[in-house]
Amino acid sequence: MSTAHRGGLAKFNMDEIMNCMHCGFCLPACPTYRETGLESQSPRGRIALMKGVANGQLAIDPEFEKNMYACLGCRACETACPAGVSYGSLVETAREVVEDDKKSGARQPFLRRLMFDHVFPYPERVRAAGTALWAAQSLGLQELANKTGLIRLLPREMAEMQQAVDRIASPKERKQRKPVMQAEGEAALKIGLFTGCVMDVMYFETNQATARLLTKAGCDVVFIEGQGCCGALHAHAGEKEGAIRLAKRNIAACEQADVDLIVNNAGGCGAALKEYHHWFHDHPEWRDRACAFVAKVRDAGELLAELPPLTFTKPLHARVTYQDSCHLAHGQGIRNQPRQLLKSIPGLELAEMNGADSCCGSAGIYNITNFDMSMHILDGKMEHVKETKAQIIATSNPGCLLQMKKGILRAGLEGKVEAVHLMDLLDRAL
Amino acid sequence: MLEKAIRDELRAIVGEKYVLDTPNELYAYSYDATPIFQAMPDAVVMPAGAEEVAAVLKLANAHGIPIVPRGSGTNLAGGTIPVEGGIVLNMNRMNQIYEIDQQNLTATLGPGVVTADLHAAVEAVGLFYPPDPGSMRISTIGGNLAQCAGGMRGLKYGVTKDYILGLEYVLPSGEVLRCGGKNMKDVAGYDMTRLLVGSEGTLAVITEITVKLLPLPESKRTLVAYYTNLVDAAKTVEKVIADKIIPATIEFLDQSTMKVVDDFAKLGLPLEMKSMLLIEQDGPADLVEQDIERIAEIARQQGAAEVKLATTPEEGAKLLAARRSALAALSRLRPTTILEDATVPRSRLAEMVAEVERIAEKYQLHICTFGHAGDGNLHPTCMTDERDQEEIKRVEQAFEEIFHAAIRLGGTITGEHGVGMAKMNYLDLKAGPGGIELMKRIKAAFDPNHIMNPGKMFAGSGRRRVVVKR
Ligand SMILES: Cc1cc2nc3c(=O)[nH]c(=O)nc-3n(C[C@H](O)[C@H](O)[C@H](O)COP(=O)(O)OP(=O)(O)OC[C@H]3O[C@@H](n4cnc5c(N)ncnc54)[C@H](O)[C@@H]3O)c2cc1C
Ligand code: SF4
Ligand code: SF4
Repeated sequence: MSTAHRGGLAKFNMDEIMNCMHCGFCLPACPTYRETGLESQSPRGRIALMKGVANGQLAIDPEFEKNMYACLGCRACETACPAGVSYGSLVETAREVVEDDKKSGARQPFLRRLMFDHVFPYPERVRAAGTALWAAQSLGLQELANKTGLIRLLPREMAEMQQAVDRIASPKERKQRKPVMQAEGEAALKIGLFTGCVMDVMYFETNQATARLLTKAGCDVVFIEGQGCCGALHAHAGEKEGAIRLAKRNIAACEQADVDLIVNNAGGCGAALKEYHHWFHDHPEWRDRACAFVAKVRDAGELLAELPPLTFTKPLHARVTYQDSCHLAHGQGIRNQPRQLLKSIPGLELAEMNGADSCCGSAGIYNITNFDMSMHILDGKMEHVKETKAQIIATSNPGCLLQMKKGILRAGLEGKVEAVHLMDLLDRAL
Repeated sequence: MLEKAIRDELRAIVGEKYVLDTPNELYAYSYDATPIFQAMPDAVVMPAGAEEVAAVLKLANAHGIPIVPRGSGTNLAGGTIPVEGGIVLNMNRMNQIYEIDQQNLTATLGPGVVTADLHAAVEAVGLFYPPDPGSMRISTIGGNLAQCAGGMRGLKYGVTKDYILGLEYVLPSGEVLRCGGKNMKDVAGYDMTRLLVGSEGTLAVITEITVKLLPLPESKRTLVAYYTNLVDAAKTVEKVIADKIIPATIEFLDQSTMKVVDDFAKLGLPLEMKSMLLIEQDGPADLVEQDIERIAEIARQQGAAEVKLATTPEEGAKLLAARRSALAALSRLRPTTILEDATVPRSRLAEMVAEVERIAEKYQLHICTFGHAGDGNLHPTCMTDERDQEEIKRVEQAFEEIFHAAIRLGGTITGEHGVGMAKMNYLDLKAGPGGIELMKRIKAAFDPNHIMNPGKMFAGSGRRRVVVKR
């Protein structure tokens, strides 16, 4: 056993693993179990495998790694589990143990290191990548690449997913954003908008829409200086150290900004922001600061549902179905508020789809790392969308939004169905 | 590890994808819902139909390889633990409902159909399959049949064995046989159907099942009664039935279970109470109304401190769902939760609950009791920690005493979970040496080479709850 192996094992929370009583209540909730029928692809199975690794009966090897990464991290199992097992943090640890082991053995894929160590942590680099993408789009390169097959130079998974990427904002538009947007009327709250990393590049307009909605609802909105990636992708990929570094930066930036609340519009980021205090178990000096930060974090939909109702002037005559973001529904317990907001739009008809809170297969970068499984799950989801006869799919997370756009392409529903972030939809009706 | 030639043959039978033998996959089938027991299989095979099952069994029989049939692994008797290695035969690909016969009121299906899916399918056409184990959202019909699973509706409707009409099953020799059928009456020869129900995978592999259906009751109502002592609750159960009312469900929860369930399901139960009964009646609306009023009256007469009628079906459903989550909710308290299944005649219920309390006290253990009061089927559940060997020893002793108490009161060592490994040391208490000998001879007739789920039911080698490593 290597030293790293031993260090990794100590990381497992044995009590949490033991809390799983193998009852299997989580199995029907798990999309990967439903797809495969395999115990190793179920929450109960994965927890057992972790136990096997923790007590030395199983090796930390590529098979274990594959099984841990085959999980979507959607946490539907946590909602289903009557024993209250915190599966989400267990699987994060399992991945951390895998990554630690790999670091010690120096079997590190180049692309992964590039993204986690050299891109996501640096907002300016994410923006630069965005600029490159924007340039490619505006020069028609993306289309050309698609048409000529140049796109095949990209790994298949990335090539597939980029088809669903919309036109992104130009660097000029992004530069024009004012650091503060004043509330309409008297400001009741001072809000720091958490813009995220990828979100702020790919869905810049959604952040703008969120800010507009918040000002309408009586908030001063500040784009906090010095914030960056929330660290969720790092945490979910077993890069705890990197995640903690990013969390520290965000906490410090928000302390500086001195805001009442920190608001985000990405279910995945929000869940991570609300869990920062759990990340600092071994950092006593940061624990209290993290707790204070967490106490201020709200999802945009969650907050808007609490503030005085928005006045909409443009009715939206459309049938809309809502796809829950897993990290919003299962991670943060926010299910009603987005639906309430949708129903408050005049003319809009909300059509619930079967299994709305079941993962769409996007799951962070799962649709790139486990493309085939992701697409299977997505195709099932699109069947449910079709049943609702909705013209719009509303979501509360950029990853889900991208996945829904991809799903529309796969199901041949282009022009008939549109995927829109909840904030953009609300903004349209203002 | 199986020899390569055998693995290749298995692959040829079911297909490459459906033979699993990598370390993670084997580990994932080394346990079921029973705490502490664990052992590794040599391979996991997922057949798609009776012919494939027959070919796998024939191969295994020729080489003396153990076969452990498995549904969803939710059993609480260690029934699917491959203690002697061999092949775990995972039946969950055989999950089709072939027919719902609305004329004969039967359904014919594969053993891998999830119980709740059968419920949904028959209810969609106004029919009813009553057995409803607490695990029904995930357990399979094959597993229910092999364990003769009960449920909350056992009092009025009976248990799995009362609904199995016909079977297709495969013997270790590879012979595919049928018994029973769609006939409501059928006395041709020994009742093989009944024999296979509850056989816990030790005789044959079930590959097709025909179940009896009923018309879906038109309405139901739920009532809760809270008591300041145990005896009044037990007396209520007796009096209701003596009054010739048979409710669909009478469930019992003791105070410690109430506390945990309330904490989990946020029901606002009166936690100062010592026990509660959950009673549901179903049937034609006016009859249900009449029965439930009468039950409420009896409960009050027997000293219930509070009686509450659920006003909406949702409210009733919520209460029953809470009862279903009792076991899992209890497991939040300590790492290891050992649930047992002692059953007594209805009239001895209060005595049995008192015995459990006494025994828990004696061995200094945390034991909560809940269960199907209407059937006399109690689940004393011990919250413990398998890492504490000394405590686990006391748990063993306590349960042994509980089983003896159940037998003394005219009861049995298991009402619905089966013997498996968890209770094989106690089977003789109930069956007696002659009974066990006969059972073994029946097994030998089905399975002369002892490949079907070996090490279960009567191994009786004094083996306790231990982690079996291979
Ligand atoms: C939370 C919880 C609540 C429960 N509540 C109840 C309850 O209310 N009532 C109750 O009775 N039980 C209950 N159980 C126990 C368990 O769910 C039942 O025993 C159930 O019938 C097992 O079904 P399964 O599909 O999981 O079978 P498994 O556990 O996979 O197998 C059970 C047995 O059946 C055999 N078997 C499976 N399929 C076949 C086949 N096709 N042919 C031959 N043998 C086969 C296996 O070898 C094994 O011996 C509960 C369990 C849990 C975890
Ligand atoms: S997080 Fe989602 S995919 Fe992963 S085990 Fe839980 S339910 Fe399954
Ligand atoms: S529902 Fe919870 S306790 Fe039950 S098997 Fe799944 S994770 Fe374990």
